[in-house]
Amino acid sequence: MSGGPIEVVEREFGELALNMGPQHPSTHGVLRLILHLSGETVIKAVPVIGYLHRGVEKLSEHLTYDQLAPVYERDDYLAPTANSNAYVLAVERLGAIAVPRRAQWLRAFVSEWQRVSSHLVWLGTLGLDLGGALGGGTTLYMYCFREREKILDFLEELTGTRFHTNFNLIGGARYDLDAAMADKSNALAASVEAALPELWSMSGGNPIFSERTRSVGTISKDLAMGVGVTGPTLRASGIAYDVRKAAPYDAYAELPFDVISRTAGDAEARFQVRMDEIRVSLKLVRSIVDGLPAGPIFARKPLKNPKATKIPSGEVYAAVESPRGELGFHIVSDGSAKPLRLKINAPSFKNLQVVTHILPGGLVADVVATLGSLDPVLGDVDR
Amino acid sequence: MPAPEVVAALRTRFSATPFALGVELPATELLTALRALRDAHGYRYYVLGTGTERETAFEVLHAVRNLESGDTLFVKVAVPKDAPEVDSIAFVYAGAEWQEREIWDLFGVGFKAHPDLRRILMPDDYPGHPLRKSFAMDTPWGYRPAPAPEDAS
Repeated sequence: MSGGPIEVVEREFGELALNMGPQHPSTHGVLRLILHLSGETVIKAVPVIGYLHRGVEKLSEHLTYDQLAPVYERDDYLAPTANSNAYVLAVERLGAIAVPRRAQWLRAFVSEWQRVSSHLVWLGTLGLDLGGALGGGTTLYMYCFREREKILDFLEELTGTRFHTNFNLIGGARYDLDAAMADKSNALAASVEAALPELWSMSGGNPIFSERTRSVGTISKDLAMGVGVTGPTLRASGIAYDVRKAAPYDAYAELPFDVISRTAGDAEARFQVRMDEIRVSLKLVRSIVDGLPAGPIFARKPLKNPKATKIPSGEVYAAVESPRGELGFHIVSDGSAKPLRLKINAPSFKNLQVVTHILPGGLVADVVATLGSLDPVLGDVDR
Repeated sequence: MPAPEVVAALRTRFSATPFALGVELPATELLTALRALRDAHGYRYYVLGTGTERETAFEVLHAVRNLESGDTLFVKVAVPKDAPEVDSIAFVYAGAEWQEREIWDLFGVGFKAHPDLRRILMPDDYPGHPLRKSFAMDTPWGYRPAPAPEDAS
């Protein structure tokens, strides 16, 4: 959390330290940035994080394996299912627990719907960040949230909750998809897809939007690899790495889809990657509904008490592609019913770190455009 | 999971012992081994840094990846508890800078020659390092408030 001493004061033609956040509408949560400015140019950016630190990793050492999956859904609160998905994958891998095929497909189904809803939040808030030029600021935001609301209603009907679906269980899935819901999913995919050209005309089709995002916050290929940025941010820098393709989990080995990438590495490229990923995800949910295999969704024996789930000792790392990138869990087990150590490899943490490298040299007006294009979720950064 | 030929190459050059996710090295060889992994073996992508507290020592882990082959390798070093300090790799992988700050913040393991070793998640004046096993999660007043006294009347 330490911001270090701020000894810079304004002098004539000198340097100015500008404090942005933690209460600032375009920091997407409680991020504080100390910007050292020379005129309009940023010469140094110091992010200060930790305002949302909840000690999830410490808590993990005090709860049993079966109690933990819902806890992680609160980390990245725009795509909760991805968090518990990565966690149950790691535990299943360490404990050699089999997952029914239908459950694997259903996990991918909910993850892809949440990817669409998360990308819609990102697009709407990017519109807010870029402000007045985009139809008074909130126009794009409202159109995106209209579509997202339909997805949340659908997930509520499927799982009982709009957001923290608690969909993933160790060894299976909690809710099944029946024929009526499958039809609703197809109708919803068609309606969201129909809205995409409208959203694009308000963002990518707007010359002012392109002006504000092109060549802004450029991340080179080498910087992207060294810092370890991930997800759409990595793919926009010319590295087509997607965990779903490179290390397939759940049903992704059986599902056909394209990995979207761009080479420019700027905010506009990141915007294009995410916009295309919405289409890919909509295609994926359709093919999951079409090819959903029959069978059980949960195959573990019922437990008398959660302490009965003992995981063999060892170390494991399992990752999923969350909307923000590679979300991994590194679990060290000592053979008891609770993890000895659990580390969450949070994508937003790594993506946010890159701002110390890309903000200096740019204009202060581009700071919010750069931050918005990185799509950090502070719950994920601070854990 | 890690590529067997890279593990074998590390074992011939360094005194590395393999484990499930990668190799374990003596702390003195950490920097040279990671430089070799980055420059000679193509492991240019930094995945994560983390720590574990064992009974006898702390463990610091760095995970790096070769994006061409998709292979992820964990490098583990043991850090003694009485002098918890290890070389920083932030100059080899820029991404390690924050991850090492996090390990310092939560475990109290120091990093030699780190460019900016400050707390990152906890407040500056926070007492102790919360992920150590000796750091109790109890608050002075306990988890639950004491039950209300029975109504006398």
